[in-house]
Amino acid sequence: MLKLTDVNTFYGPIQALKNVSLTVNPKEIVSLLGGNACGKSTTMKTILGLVRPKHGRVEFFGRRIDRLPSSDIVRAGIAPVLEARRLFPFLTVHENLLMGAYTRNDTEGIRTDVERMYALFPVVKERNRQLASTLSGGEQQMVAMARALMARPKLLIMDEPSMGLSPLYVDKVFEIIQMINREEGVAVLLVEQNANMALSIACRGYVLQTGEIVLHDTAENLKNNPLMQKAYLGVA
Amino acid sequence: MRSSRIRFPKFLLANAPVLSIIAVLAAVPPFITNMYYVQVLVFIGIYAILTLSLNLLNGYVGLLSIGHAAFYAIGAYASAKLSMELGLPWVLALAGAGAIAGFFGYLIAKPTLRLSGIYLTLVTLGFNMILFLVLQNWMSFTNGPLGIMDVPPPSIFGFVLSSRLQYYYLILALVLLTVLSMHRLMTCRFGRALTAIRENELAAEATGVDTTRYKIQAFVLAAFYAGIAGSFYAHFVKYISPDSFTINESFILLAMLAFGGQGNLIGPIVGAAALILIPEAFRPLQEYRMFVYGGVLIVMMLVRRQGLLGGRSYSLRWTRFDSAPARIYERGDKFLPEG
Repeated sequence: MLKLTDVNTFYGPIQALKNVSLTVNPKEIVSLLGGNACGKSTTMKTILGLVRPKHGRVEFFGRRIDRLPSSDIVRAGIAPVLEARRLFPFLTVHENLLMGAYTRNDTEGIRTDVERMYALFPVVKERNRQLASTLSGGEQQMVAMARALMARPKLLIMDEPSMGLSPLYVDKVFEIIQMINREEGVAVLLVEQNANMALSIACRGYVLQTGEIVLHDTAENLKNNPLMQKAYLGVA
Repeated sequence: MRSSRIRFPKFLLANAPVLSIIAVLAAVPPFITNMYYVQVLVFIGIYAILTLSLNLLNGYVGLLSIGHAAFYAIGAYASAKLSMELGLPWVLALAGAGAIAGFFGYLIAKPTLRLSGIYLTLVTLGFNMILFLVLQNWMSFTNGPLGIMDVPPPSIFGFVLSSRLQYYYLILALVLLTVLSMHRLMTCRFGRALTAIRENELAAEATGVDTTRYKIQAFVLAAFYAGIAGSFYAHFVKYISPDSFTINESFILLAMLAFGGQGNLIGPIVGAAALILIPEAFRPLQEYRMFVYGGVLIVMMLVRRQGLLGGRSYSLRWTRFDSAPARIYERGDKFLPEG
C-alpha cells in the first residue's frame, strides 16, 4: 500500500535519510523505531510531502506521491497524527474534529463520523465544547487521533503518540491504536521511541539509525534480537 | 411560505442590535448641521473598510502585512486613471480598482507566501516603499508629487454625487457590503481553512488544507477590499498624491486593527472609528493632541493587549455574541520558530 524506495532526504547539505526503503501493507501495524535524531520524523515528513526527497520514490497504492502537495497526499488517504499533537488550540474539540474532515464533502457522513468518534473516544465527547488547548496531554492525543480518523484514511501515520503522556494514557493510546486497526481496518505506521510498547502491538518493525534502516523484521523476532534488546529494549 | 413568515420576525429579533445600529447610522447624519462631522464619518467609513481588509490577513490568517497602504494606493490611482483617461463610469472604475489591486496582491503573494513570519512582513514593507517611490517619480503616469487633480465625483446610473451627505450614504453602503461579504466568506469553508492556518499551519496542512493557495486567496481578497477603499477615497477627495499612501498610513491601519481587536468583523470598525475620533475630539489641544493619541495606544497595549474587542469571535448576530469561548490569540507566537 505505502512503499518507500531508496528515499534520500536532505536538510540543506545534511543528509537526514539514506536509502530508506519500507513498505506498509493494508490493515497492518508497522512500527518505525530508533533513538533521537535518527530520521524518524523526517521519514514521516517525507511521506507527507512536508519535506521533499532528493532521490527515491514514495508510492501509495502504486501512485507516486513524493511530488504532490501535502493536501493532495492527505486527500489520497494518508492521515497524520503529528508529533506533539498539534491541535488547533483555540478551536473547540468539536471544531477540531470537523477540521479533520476538511477534505470531505458528505455532510451526513461527517455527522455520523463525529458520533462514531465520540463513541470510540468517550473523553473527546466529554470535552467537545472545550477549547483544545485546555485539555491534558493525553486527552489532546485522543482528539488528535479522532481528528485524523475523521478524514477516513486508509493509512494512519502516528508520530510519537506516547511522547509526554502518563503511563496510564500510554497504555490507553496503544489500546486504541489496536482497536482502530482492528475495527476500522486502517493500516498504521507507528513512529516511536518507546520500542517495547510499539513492538507489542506491531506486526513488523523497522529500526532506523542515523538515517539508515539497519534492521527489519517481524515484531516477534525484533523483540528477541540481541542487538535490539541491548540498544532499545533495555534487556540486560 | 408559512415558515418564512414565522421566521422573519425572529430574524429581526436576533439581529435587532445590528439593525438598530445601522438604522441610527442611516437616520442621524441628515440632522448634523456641521458638514465637517459628516466628513469625519465618511473617513471612518473608508478606514473601516481598510482595517477590515487588513484584518483578513492579520486577524484571520495570521499573516502580518505592514505595507497595506500600497493596495489602497493602487486602488485610488487605478480608479482615477480608469475614470479620467478611459472615461469609465464610476461603478466600473470601482470594480476595476478592486480587481487591479487584487491582481497586484496576487503578484506579491504568489512568490512570497512561501515565506512566513517576519520575512513576508518585510516584503510587504518593501512593496509599500517601492510603490511610493514609483508614484513619486513616474511623472508621465502619476504626475509625481503633484498628484492627480479633479478626479470626477461618482455617478451612479446618471446620478452624480455632490453633497457630503450623499457620499456618506455611499460609504455606509460600501462598509455594509464589505462586512456582509466578509461575514459570508468567513463562515464558509474558506473561513474555516483560514482560521486553521492561523491556529496551526502544520496541522492545517496535515488535515488537507492547501495552505499556500488559501494564503494567496486571502491576500488577493485583502488587496481587493483595500482597492475598493482607495477608489472611494480618490473620488471623494478628488485629489490623490503619493503622500496619502506612505508607510505611515500602513502603520495607522495596523494601529487601528490592534486598537479595535482582530479576528472578528466588529473590532476593526471600532478601532478605525476610535483612532479617527480621538484626534478629532482633542483638536482644542492643537498639536499636543497626538500625545493623547499615542498615550491611548500605549495604555491600550498595556491593559488590553488583544484590543478593545479582540480575541473573541463576535458575530453579526447579537444572540451569538460572547457565546463562543474566548479566543485570545497572541500574534507574537507567530514569530517564534516552530518548537
